[in-house]
Amino acid sequence: MVKSKPLAWLAQGLLYALFALIIGTFSSWPKYRHLAPEQALIKLSFTHHGKRVEDCRQRTPEELAKLPPNMRAPMQCQRERSPVTVEVDLDGQRIYRHVAAPSGLSKDGASTVYQRLEMLAGEHRLAVRLKDSAGGSDFDYRREETVTLKPGQVLVIDFNAEKGGITLL
Amino acid sequence: MAHTQKIPPAIPYLIRGYPWQHLGSLGFLFFWLIAVTGFYLFAVLDTSVEGVYSSIVWLTREQWYLGGIIRSLHRYAADAFILVTLLHLTREFLLGRYGGFRRFSWLTGVPLLWFAYISGIGGFWLNWDQLGQFSAVASAEWLDWLPIFATPFTRNFLTAAAVSDRLFTLLVFVHIGVPLLLIFGLWFHVQRINRAEVFPPRALGIGALAALLTLALALPVVSQGKADLAVVPGPLALDWFYLFLHPLMYVSSPASVWTLIAGITLFLLLLPFLPSSRRVPSIAVVNPDNCNGCRRCFDDCPYAAIVMVPHPQATIVKPGLQLAKVMPDLCASCGICAGSCPSSTPFRNVPALVTGIDMPQLPVEALRQALKLRLAALEGDTRIVVFGCDHGASVEALSGADVAGFSLICTGMLPPSFVDYAWREGAAGVLVTGCRDSACAFRLGSRWSEQRLLGLREPRLRFNAARERLCIAWADPGEEPELLATLTDFRRRLATFAPPPVLQANRLDGISPNTPETNAGTGGTADGQI
Ligand code: SF4
Ligand code: SF4
Repeated sequence: MVKSKPLAWLAQGLLYALFALIIGTFSSWPKYRHLAPEQALIKLSFTHHGKRVEDCRQRTPEELAKLPPNMRAPMQCQRERSPVTVEVDLDGQRIYRHVAAPSGLSKDGASTVYQRLEMLAGEHRLAVRLKDSAGGSDFDYRREETVTLKPGQVLVIDFNAEKGGITLL
Repeated sequence: MAHTQKIPPAIPYLIRGYPWQHLGSLGFLFFWLIAVTGFYLFAVLDTSVEGVYSSIVWLTREQWYLGGIIRSLHRYAADAFILVTLLHLTREFLLGRYGGFRRFSWLTGVPLLWFAYISGIGGFWLNWDQLGQFSAVASAEWLDWLPIFATPFTRNFLTAAAVSDRLFTLLVFVHIGVPLLLIFGLWFHVQRINRAEVFPPRALGIGALAALLTLALALPVVSQGKADLAVVPGPLALDWFYLFLHPLMYVSSPASVWTLIAGITLFLLLLPFLPSSRRVPSIAVVNPDNCNGCRRCFDDCPYAAIVMVPHPQATIVKPGLQLAKVMPDLCASCGICAGSCPSSTPFRNVPALVTGIDMPQLPVEALRQALKLRLAALEGDTRIVVFGCDHGASVEALSGADVAGFSLICTGMLPPSFVDYAWREGAAGVLVTGCRDSACAFRLGSRWSEQRLLGLREPRLRFNAARERLCIAWADPGEEPELLATLTDFRRRLATFAPPPVLQANRLDGISPNTPETNAGTGGTADGQI
């Protein structure tokens, strides 16, 4: 038990100092390093609608006649989209493969991918393949390139069919 | 004037009682500090993606004496807010304060943690420095584990070109909107607390603010390099109070962090419903025949457990007559209502004292009987009655030939007229003790008691006898030696006064009020054995 006032004041002061110390310390310490110093990062990300599972076809005149007049579209298209397959090779080794299913209950939405791939910085041979059609075994898009990644660098692999397919940013 | 003895607080009391009792109100204080500093920052910041970083850096460097300090205070107050909130939660958990009448406050407190973290983490993004970039990307990767976004949220932070001013406007909106939800939630959180303490005691508040200001001056918060999404930030001075989830995710996985957070939230939400948290409460009971609808119990109940309803005996003569009604789920069984009821006076000329609102485990009639008996058994000219409580310094330690100690559920359940009654029945003095105001187990018991005894609150003590014969000394467990010293001092003072009239009359009649067989001044328990 402490009866003297100065000691009680000191105790209070210490308590406030401790409070400030805790706040000051853990608001910035210990430092955190997300990626090891010699590492670089590839972010593979795209959102892309796969091709339709079935091609659109012309409706016959009989079929058209059966439809209400306001719904007589000449082409009939299935809504379902094909899944999108993506593969990434680094220096001849496959480091990632993923089949992204189309979103939506009717499987008519876009397939999306987001994947972080950590690797050593330096020169690498990078090959990316993407397939967005149901039939056949061959990939619809390919890109192969030698990249030099600096430590800490982020390389983004995206896909945009209108901009020529697989892009490296 | 009644003697109020101030027992100086001891160090264990500092640790056990004072600051820890006010974690909730400290949280309120820090919240308002965040809000006030946030207003300034919002007013001066350029909230475009390009402008935000440089405007904060300008504030920190060029206007360090105002904007810089405000920025640091904003951050440190946010850290302090989360720290006291987590301590508040831990303390209430350890004290088992989540079930029964506290269920509402507990359940409404849980979502506040989410709001605090959402607005806090979002605040780091708005700096748009490398720490903000890291937090934004990590949070987006974490959120994307749930299939909630049609397009992955992470794509908003894929490249510099992807980060739009529109997104930033949305983030500012969230950073302001969620704290508004937090205020609303805080209001709900204290709804069941009568006279909730939304500001800490002045000394504590000033001390805490001074500590933060000193910290802001000594260690100003600075930005950590402009965000550049083409580069992974190097070593970062991480704010572990808010951002610990990011490293945790990178050493485990988004799924495990979601499982952890969802698990903790679910645990906290289910806790008040677990069988172990149920108790068999002896809640306050209203006797309509003795309730005149004065609303004193309604005003004094610390947990808003009493509502006023129309009295069944309302007549044409008294059409608006009301009756107190106890909400069983909210009642803490503290008995403070019994102490507030005007019908609790022991002077009533009835064979058995029945009051308007009473505690079944310690009715006022049992207290009156015990007081009479025990007083009659005391010896000497300085017979002292001590009223204490089960949660404060033990009154057992004060027992003696001339001391009768009564341990109540809470000192607040003592009707002030019992002090008067004790004097009339032969007590030379009455010592009232219990938990210190800041540490009162039932929040307001000590405060209401003191105000009633000093005549500042209804029901007031009628000072028919000399006021010097009353001593009020609040003391927590562990402070029994100090309380004993206060009692000894009180006894010494009483010895200088003339004996109480009852004893003088007894002497004239040749009656000895002492009955040695029952002459043991022991404290009572909450189950009615006083
Ligand atoms: S016992 Fe306490 S919590 Fe219950 S009604 Fe009375 S004052 Fe309120
Ligand atoms: S204090 Fe007593 S009389 Fe007044 S409302 Fe409450 S129970 Fe009724």
